[in-house]
Amino acid sequence: MTSTAGYNFAYLDENTKRMIRRALLKAVAIPGHQVPFGSREMPLPYGWGTGGIQVTASIIGPDDTLKVIDQGADDTTNAVSIRRFFARVAGVATTERTSEASIIQTRHRIPETPLREGQILVYQVPMPEPLFRLEPRVTETKRMHALADYGLMHVKLYEDIARHGHIAISYNYPVMVNGRYLMAPSPIPAFDNPKMDRMPALQLFGAGREKRIYAVPPYTPVRSLDFEDHPFVPIRADAACALCGSRESYLDEVVTDDRGGRIFVCSDTDYCRERQAARRRDAAE
Amino acid sequence: MNWAIRTEGLAKSFTLHLQGGARIPVLQGVELAVAPGECVALSGPSGAGKSTLMRCLYGNYGAGAGRILLQHHGVEIDLAKADPRLVREVRHETLGYVSQFLRVIPRVPTLDIVAEPLVARGMAREVARERAAALLARLNLPAPLHALPPATFSGGEQQRVNLARGFAPGYPVLLLDEPTASLDAGNRAVVISLIEEAKAAGAAIIGIFHDAEVRDRVADRLFELHPLQGAA
Amino acid sequence: MTEAPLLEASGLSLRFGAVPALDDVSLAIWPGEVVAIVGESGSGKTTLLRVLSGLLRPDAGQVTYRDPEGAALPVHDMGEAALRRLMRTDWGFVHQNPRDGLRMGVSAGGNVGERLMAVGARHYGSIRAEALAWLERVEIDPARIDDLPRTFSGGMQQRLQIARTLVTRPRLVFMDEPTGGLDVSVQARLLDLIRALVADLGLAVLLVTHDIAAARLLAHRLLVMRHGQVVEQGLTDRVLDDPQHEYTQLLVASVLAA
Repeated sequence: MTSTAGYNFAYLDENTKRMIRRALLKAVAIPGHQVPFGSREMPLPYGWGTGGIQVTASIIGPDDTLKVIDQGADDTTNAVSIRRFFARVAGVATTERTSEASIIQTRHRIPETPLREGQILVYQVPMPEPLFRLEPRVTETKRMHALADYGLMHVKLYEDIARHGHIAISYNYPVMVNGRYLMAPSPIPAFDNPKMDRMPALQLFGAGREKRIYAVPPYTPVRSLDFEDHPFVPIRADAACALCGSRESYLDEVVTDDRGGRIFVCSDTDYCRERQAARRRDAAE
Repeated sequence: MNWAIRTEGLAKSFTLHLQGGARIPVLQGVELAVAPGECVALSGPSGAGKSTLMRCLYGNYGAGAGRILLQHHGVEIDLAKADPRLVREVRHETLGYVSQFLRVIPRVPTLDIVAEPLVARGMAREVARERAAALLARLNLPAPLHALPPATFSGGEQQRVNLARGFAPGYPVLLLDEPTASLDAGNRAVVISLIEEAKAAGAAIIGIFHDAEVRDRVADRLFELHPLQGAA
Repeated sequence: MTEAPLLEASGLSLRFGAVPALDDVSLAIWPGEVVAIVGESGSGKTTLLRVLSGLLRPDAGQVTYRDPEGAALPVHDMGEAALRRLMRTDWGFVHQNPRDGLRMGVSAGGNVGERLMAVGARHYGSIRAEALAWLERVEIDPARIDDLPRTFSGGMQQRLQIARTLVTRPRLVFMDEPTGGLDVSVQARLLDLIRALVADLGLAVLLVTHDIAAARLLAHRLLVMRHGQVVEQGLTDRVLDDPQHEYTQLLVASVLAA
């Protein structure tokens, strides 16, 4: 173990944490509204989760248990690094089990295991503005949010249906939070969108490079945008997980050889492992 | 006298700012009253102000002084002082004007040009078109032309479109500026009968008729205008 | 005749530095009325349109809009949210350059459908049906509903902008030189289309133009502006055929000479 002497608890200084907590409180008070904050330099590049790390650093305490996932997996480089980082600078317990974590920092997924009250889900967000591809002027997107003028977002959905026959957004699918603010759910698959709706856990979103924080408090309605005659449909690969057999979870496609062989496995490694263990228990009984 | 339209001390002059502010008086003290069912022909030498008077009566020229009284929906109004919206309403409902030349609206079929004032008065479009077609036929404008915009028509054909548009609604007051100028004998006779029918229906008509034969047939009396002296 | 005006402005004044852009301008427009504001470039007519539509705040004077329930709303004090709502429901704005009024990266159908979606339409099929009907109405081949406006000619773009504006049946439409950048032959077609749509829908239109012929064809009433002042106003044919003010006479004479 190298020394952490000279570092404050959870890396950030207390003034920075206070500033971020104030932004978080504001974000919770106005669900879905993007609150600017003074994003700090972190010991990893923007786009690697600096927003999520700053949020986590500001809310984590010595008694917390942290889980970090990247694309649903606990064992990817990014997830492992962030988990190690907090183990070292905050000395907190870490876990790979969703049910045991009090804070889950995530990139690109919501765990399959339903979250409960008291848990906090921290999303790493590359681009917080859901309208940025449609309206390049930031002043104008701010005004659109202020006035809830969201016709343009539906224009994008209309264009998708006109071109492709369906809404061709498979991740970062825009949602309305509490019937008021249009929000980018970060690049999670549209499959995960329904899990955000009235989730018992607190959801916090941090965008480091864009210097924005937003939040969805527990039990807040979150609705995926759609048309009456083209309703939102969460899509997953039509297959069962090759390891645990799940037909409900979100699947990753894995190429197994260079002859076109491939299998589908759960993207959520903890969920898959739990199911495999349960199966073995059932088989042993 | 029971009148449909009447002027009191009507005067009109033009100030030409672009010609050093020259002032040209054209009408002064015009006292004209026309009863329902009566046709009055304006007469006088060229330059006496016949066309100017017609345009003043229609509100196309503003009156310089005096009043232009009109029975509009049973109420007496002064057209010289009426605001633009009232003038528009009067033109829809009460006052018709057949000018010498048709102001062509691009791309609008002849039938719709004639039907338009009827529709503006609240008639159903199909009924208005039927009435317009009947009138155009009566004025010997063949049916195949009804669907075409009149821009390419001959002068006489355009004049007949103009007449149909003016006579179709049955205005209580009708102003006719040389209605038969470019028509052949057959169509002149049709116009004469249209005027007679309008009179019989109670319309007050004021016209400029250079064609003495037509004038003698339709006019109940002449109203003489004299060129004003002292024109600059 | 006795109904209240849709939009009423009184005592509007605005200076850009030392230059008076508007000098004590008052006007009113009633439902179903087409009013043209004419004058040469720099006469203040576009500024007047921007002030009347709430885009620009005057130094003095007020603009009042009467909503369908008869409430008189102060245009410059209603707040941006209310003004924007007005802009996508009761009002429409047709820009001289269709690029200012269209989304060039969105298909023709999406352009027409945007206002419908902005006011809450959420049925794709009916939005598309309405867009098709409007393309036909402005004489654009419905087969081009999924094409981008940048593949359209200038005249088509302008007709698309008109469809996009009129689709929610506004009560009052502001038009800033709608035929400005177009060829003469294309202008005539567009003017006629506007004339027919305005008459069919019973729209009130405030039209800014320097084209006297366009004003004569479209407008019931005319305001002549010069140096930020309304120098003459009245019935269109009377102002043009019997102009009183020196400047109006010059304006009319210039047209005839051209």
